[in-house]
Amino acid sequence: MRDTGPLDLAAASLTPPDATPLLAIEGLTVAFDGVPALRGIDLTIHAGEAHGLVGESGCGKSVTLLAALGLLPRSATVQGSVRLDGRELLGAPAAVLDDIRGGRVAMIFQDPASALNPVHRVGAQVTEALRLHRGLDGAAARAEARRLFDLVGIPDPTRRLDAYPHELSGGQNQRVMIAMALAGEPDLLIADEPTTALDATIQAQILDLLRKVQRETGMALILISHDLGVIADVCARVAVMYAGRIVEHGTAEALFATPLHPYTRGLLGALPDMDGPRRRLAAIEGSVPEPWAMPAGCAFAPRCGLAVAACRADPPPALLPHQGADDAEISAHLAACHRADPDIRTRAERLADPAPPVPPSRGTAVSQGV
Amino acid sequence: MTDPDLLALDGVARVYAARRGLFGGADPVRAVDSVTLSVPPARTVGIVGESGCGKSTLGRLALGLERPDAGSVRFADAPMPRIGSAAWRRLRARMQLVFQDPLGALDRRLPVATQVAEPLEIHRIGSPADRADRVADLLRAVGLRPDHGTRYPHELSGGQRQRAVLARALATDPALLVADEPISALDVSIQAQVVNMLGDLQAARGIAMLFISHDLKVVRQVSHHVAVMYLGRIMEQGDPDAIFADPIHPYTQALVSAVPVAGPRRRPRIVLEGEPPNPARRPAGCPFHPRCPIAVSDCQVIVPELQPMPDGRHVACLRAAISPGAARIAA
Repeated sequence: MRDTGPLDLAAASLTPPDATPLLAIEGLTVAFDGVPALRGIDLTIHAGEAHGLVGESGCGKSVTLLAALGLLPRSATVQGSVRLDGRELLGAPAAVLDDIRGGRVAMIFQDPASALNPVHRVGAQVTEALRLHRGLDGAAARAEARRLFDLVGIPDPTRRLDAYPHELSGGQNQRVMIAMALAGEPDLLIADEPTTALDATIQAQILDLLRKVQRETGMALILISHDLGVIADVCARVAVMYAGRIVEHGTAEALFATPLHPYTRGLLGALPDMDGPRRRLAAIEGSVPEPWAMPAGCAFAPRCGLAVAACRADPPPALLPHQGADDAEISAHLAACHRADPDIRTRAERLADPAPPVPPSRGTAVSQGV
Repeated sequence: MTDPDLLALDGVARVYAARRGLFGGADPVRAVDSVTLSVPPARTVGIVGESGCGKSTLGRLALGLERPDAGSVRFADAPMPRIGSAAWRRLRARMQLVFQDPLGALDRRLPVATQVAEPLEIHRIGSPADRADRVADLLRAVGLRPDHGTRYPHELSGGQRQRAVLARALATDPALLVADEPISALDVSIQAQVVNMLGDLQAARGIAMLFISHDLKVVRQVSHHVAVMYLGRIMEQGDPDAIFADPIHPYTQALVSAVPVAGPRRRPRIVLEGEPPNPARRPAGCPFHPRCPIAVSDCQVIVPELQPMPDGRHVACLRAAISPGAARIAA
C-alpha cells in the first residue's frame, strides 16, 4: 500500500544505517512554568518500525510526543529539535502542523469515548478526516470509511457508520479511533495507552489489530504504555523513561532478556509472574522524585540499590553505544547509568564469542543512528 | 454444624432492574447468579473477571451492603443481619472495604490521622487518649510515618493515599477485608509495594481477604484460591497455580493467554471473537457460548454447573465435564 516495505528482517537489513529517519527527536526539553518535565530526549524512529515508550506516570512519555507534534499548551517551554523526514517541526507554522497531524502522523489515546464527538455519528467523524486529509467527499468518502471500518474489524460496518459513540462499546470506539487515524494514511501512528481502559480480552483484540494494520500498511508505530507486557507484545524496539529522561533503549528482545538499567530491572522485578513459584515482589522503594526537586546526580539514585557516590553527584552518561561494540544489537542497547557500563561490556564480550549464537531478533533490528 | 469458613456465600444471586431508555420497561439484570464461595480465616480468595462480570457486586454482597435476591451469605457462622439493624452496624467493624480510587475514598478537607481515627470513634474503640497512639501504630503498620497523619490527602502520593485508606480499614481490626481493585490505579513499582504489604498484614493480623481484580498476575500473587467470573457466574475456581498454569474453561484459557507478558510469549494467544454481551441480554445456555470457539449445540441450551475436576478445581463447562482435555482450544 505504501512505498515503505513490510515489517520484516529482510526489509530492515536493506535500510542503510544512515538513511534519514522518519522521526528524529534530538535534545528535546520541555518545562512547564520553569519546572522541567523533559530533560533531554533523543529518539529516532525509522519508517515501518514499531517502537515502544514505557514508564510510570509522570515520566514524560506522553509529553515527549505531544511536544513533538506541537500539542502542548503555550505555558510549556519546548526546546531541541524534532524532524519529520528531515523537516523541523518545532516552531513550524500552524498550517504545516495541521497538515501533518492527522495526515502523516496520527494519534490515538487511552479514552476513545472522550476523543470522539458524542453528538456526531462515527461515520461522519471518519469521513471528515478523509475529506481533510485525502480530499474525498460524498459516496467515495463513505465507501472508504466503510473499507476502513472493515479493516479495523468492526462487524456490520455499513450500519455502524451511522452509530453514535455511546452506542458502541469501548473496544469498538477504539477501533473507530484507529480507523480515523488510518484515514489520513499516516506514516506514523502514535498510540498513547490505547488499551489501558479496555478489558483483557478486548486489549488482546486491539493489540492484535495494531500489529495487523502496522504490518499491512507499513506505517511506523510509537506505542506509549505503562505496561511492559503490552510493549513486549507489539514493539521491536523499546525506550524506558524515568523522570523526564530515557534511561534505557534497545531491541525488545535484548531489553527484556538482559535489562541493563537498575530501574528497568526494578520494573520487571516488580511484576508478578504468571507461572513458577510465587516470590516476594521486588518493589522499588520510595517514589518518583517531584519535578521541582530533582536529585543532583542520577534521578533514580535515591531509589537505586546499586547507587554509589558518583550516582548522587553526577548525572549519568548520555545514552551512548558501548565503545568497540560492532554488533548492531549491542550498540543499539544502551543505558544511561553509571553502574550499567560493566554489564554492557560483559554482554558485548559474551556475544562477541561466536560459540553461543546470538538469538535471531524478531521484528526489525535496525541499528540505531545516535 | 462446624463451619470453619469466615465468610460463606451459598447460591447467591443479585438481580437489578435496568430501565430501557427514559420511558422503557425494566429489564432484569442478573449481576450475580448462583455463586457459591467461601473465604477461610487468614486466607485470600481472588475474584477475576472483566468489567460487568459481577465481581464488585459480589464484594458488596459479601460485605452485607446488598441483600441477595437468592441464596444466603453467612459471616462467622451466622446469617448476615438485616441491613441497617444494630447487629449489622456492629458487624461493620469486623469487615472493611478498600477500593480503587484512594482520593475518592478520603475526605480531602481532613488530615489523614483524623480519618484513620474515625472508625475508632464510630465504634467506640479505646479511650480518646489511646486513639492517637493507635493511629500512629496503624500508620506505621502500613508503612507510613506518624507525621504523614498531619497531612491532607492531596499532599500524599497515590501509593501513600492507598496506604492511608488501608490504615483506616485496619483501625477496627477487621476479620475480613474486601479489596476491590485496590492497586489498579497505582504505578507498577508502587503496586509491588502494596501487594507485599497486604501479604505482610495478612501474616501479622490473620485477616481474610476477598481480592477483586482484573489483573490475573496480581491475583495469582496474592490468592490462595481463585474464582473466574463471566456474566455473573463462576466459570472456574480452585488453586490459582493450577488454574493459571493450565486453565480448563475456554474463557479462562483466553483470559490467561491475553495477559501481556514482559518477555517472550510462552503460549499462543487465543483472541476471542466479539465482546462480553450486555448483562441485561444474557444468552441462553452457557453465558460464554457466543464467544466460545469450541461451543457445541448443547451449550446454547444447557447452563453448565460447576463440576469437580480430577485435580480438585471446579469448572462450569459442558465440554470439560466430559474430560478436561475436551475443553482445550486448539491454538
